[in-house]
Amino acid sequence: MEKFGTMPVKKGLAEMLKGGVIMDVTTPEQAKIAEDAGAVSVMALERVPADIRAEGGVARMTDPEIILKIMDTVSIPVMAKVRIGHFVEAQILESLGIDYIDESEVLTPADEKFHIDKWKFKIPFVCGATDLGEALRRIGEGAAMIRTKGEAGTGNVIEAVRHMRTINDEIARIASLPDSELMTESKNLGAPYELVCLVAREKKLPVVNFSAGGIATPADAAMMMQLGANGVFVGSGIFKSQDPAKRADAIVQAVTHFNNPEILAKVSRCLGDAMHGLEISSIEKNNLLQFRGN
Amino acid sequence: MKIGILALQGAFREHSAMVKRCKAEAVEVRLPFELETMDGLIMPGGESTAIAKLLIRYGFLSALMDFASSGRPVFGTCAGTILLAAKQNGQSACILPLIDIDVSRNAYGRQRESREAQVKLSFSALPFDAIFIRAPVIESAGSGVEVLSTFKKKIILARQDNILVSTFHPELTKDKRIHRYFLEMAEETGGTSVMIPPPAAEAAIVK
Repeated sequence: MEKFGTMPVKKGLAEMLKGGVIMDVTTPEQAKIAEDAGAVSVMALERVPADIRAEGGVARMTDPEIILKIMDTVSIPVMAKVRIGHFVEAQILESLGIDYIDESEVLTPADEKFHIDKWKFKIPFVCGATDLGEALRRIGEGAAMIRTKGEAGTGNVIEAVRHMRTINDEIARIASLPDSELMTESKNLGAPYELVCLVAREKKLPVVNFSAGGIATPADAAMMMQLGANGVFVGSGIFKSQDPAKRADAIVQAVTHFNNPEILAKVSRCLGDAMHGLEISSIEKNNLLQFRGN
Repeated sequence: MKIGILALQGAFREHSAMVKRCKAEAVEVRLPFELETMDGLIMPGGESTAIAKLLIRYGFLSALMDFASSGRPVFGTCAGTILLAAKQNGQSACILPLIDIDVSRNAYGRQRESREAQVKLSFSALPFDAIFIRAPVIESAGSGVEVLSTFKKKIILARQDNILVSTFHPELTKDKRIHRYFLEMAEETGGTSVMIPPPAAEAAIVK
């Protein structure tokens, strides 16, 4: 008697990625660099978020040919992004045998009202969230892993910090409430009541929570880990820096030794230039990715 | 009883929680010197390529070989099993050849082949809910290896002296039997530390 694609199996892969770094890559060569540097998984993309931001236009699922080549190149799990609500892109990725699907605000949303019904898929999904209500809505739709959204493609960690702190504060707050207040809390958060009760009881999200969006240095990665992230996604931060292999290797070590400042100092030395980065206030509000899908 | 949990990457928190539920102490190990005071070590699942790289970089290999040769038990799950195997795909290219098995990585396939299945343990009557995540397969084992469970004719839980390996993830379940089995190994092979007091006794001490 065997069961495939169950929630424990979907969540299980995310558990195995914890304490690790998931890196955005656009070519098989970059995927190899990421794997050799100790990435636990790669996100196969046509363009990294910084380029999507710079070039504009509609950002869609990556060409399956690129994804398949990356899957053939590395032995670690491969993820790929679909547009919010674009269930056919998700069906295509599932047919390729991708290991994880990211329903991502980095791509242009395909549906302004509904996210994908992720329960229908055997392949697990990761989704972005800026607060607890958003995280629990995605889990309610079947997401098996959450990542805080941050602001992708900026190399600026402030939004990732805001989102992680917001989720932590909200969990602490509902954990302190009497049971009789949880239904109203569920209404206010816009989150399923059962999940609100579960979080109040367990004092943590029921799935793994990574940090994403703006992480550019080993110190950024370690800070997110100290704030309670289970691991990190690094998008543009690696392959938009001067020495990607070295920076990737340093961020991997920083995520393992996030509580050891001596090691963090050592791995932060001589990495070359980090990605240039963007001040969030210089971005027009309607160009902020974090408000897509909520 | 003090069990080290190799915490470089992977599901180390689940192993810690399980060891604590079995009333033993769990300590996360990130540097080789931290192994010294441990009575046993768990090498968790995760990505074996990432863990191997960090093991080598931080000088763990000789420390781990010494740890195992001191007779203290080591339990590898999934990626941990790959790292402890003497052979991978018939080649003796492994970094910690501590158990005489030949493993094949991601042998079931990608994530869509990850599964739950009920399996039988040689040391317990009731079935065990095994969770396989992009699991390796133990293709063969030497005569010194005791097979403790199989699934579809492949070995999934095995022991050779003080080394225990599983291709699935008992730490992702609530079932303590395999961790208990490992803690018994630690007691047999001379775990010297005292058991931590049960919760009631702890409360009495606090008072």
